[in-house]
Amino acid sequence: MPKEKLNPEVWVDRYSDYLYNYTIVRVNDHEVAQDLISETFFAGLKSKKNFKGEASERTWLIAILKRKIIDHYRKKNSKKGKAEVHIDYNDQDAEGEWLEERVRDPFDKTAEDNMENEELGLAIMNCLEKLNDKQAAIFKMKTIDDFDTEAICNEFNITPSNLWVIIHRARKSMAECMEKTWLN
Amino acid sequence: MNLFIKCEEANHSCDKNQYKEASFWEIIKLNFHLIYCAACRKYTARNMKLTRAFKKSNIQTLPDSYKRDIKERLQKEMSKPE
Repeated sequence: MPKEKLNPEVWVDRYSDYLYNYTIVRVNDHEVAQDLISETFFAGLKSKKNFKGEASERTWLIAILKRKIIDHYRKKNSKKGKAEVHIDYNDQDAEGEWLEERVRDPFDKTAEDNMENEELGLAIMNCLEKLNDKQAAIFKMKTIDDFDTEAICNEFNITPSNLWVIIHRARKSMAECMEKTWLN
Repeated sequence: MNLFIKCEEANHSCDKNQYKEASFWEIIKLNFHLIYCAACRKYTARNMKLTRAFKKSNIQTLPDSYKRDIKERLQKEMSKPE
């Protein structure tokens, strides 16, 4: 297998939406998510030399991002300890059980749904990466951001029939990519 | 107007319909086509599942301005001598 190489020029176009969807379900704050992602890219650039080419570029970036997310939680929690009142536990003196108390109800359906949606979202993002860059950009604008056909045509300087050909091809490869796991 | 359409046109209407951009007449012709064309029935079913998957996933994209900004900053950082 050829060793993976890093191409920071294409990171933003290729991976930023994937990283965003990965982050937003974990930090639940748009601004924070954006900050963490830009920090991740810069940290990646700085430690470029450490990349051994064994993992894919995206896996490597996700590994950095995970650390950033953990750091974010640490900072948040240490601030909480100083300035804010703690969550009210049932028994202030009881030690050792606080974590369990905070674990979500295992029968909480929304939590389960969110988790499944996250996996689905990342699966979609994964398949989007297999499209070529222009195709992906147009397909995303149309399908995720709900742009008008006309607006996209103007932006990319293409005709509506060009656009529909691109959309058709994109939808076909997306369906193929997702079929086995998600479209049954 | 002809009620019979080719598969290519049927698929095109189906694509448009995923974005609510197919006209009433296009939808009629598509549905009529689907009565006798198994291949397009399969395409349409898959296409609709894909649309549903996108809706269900709640995926979002980052704003364009943000992406451009980061790209510029990364470029700058990269052009710095090491």
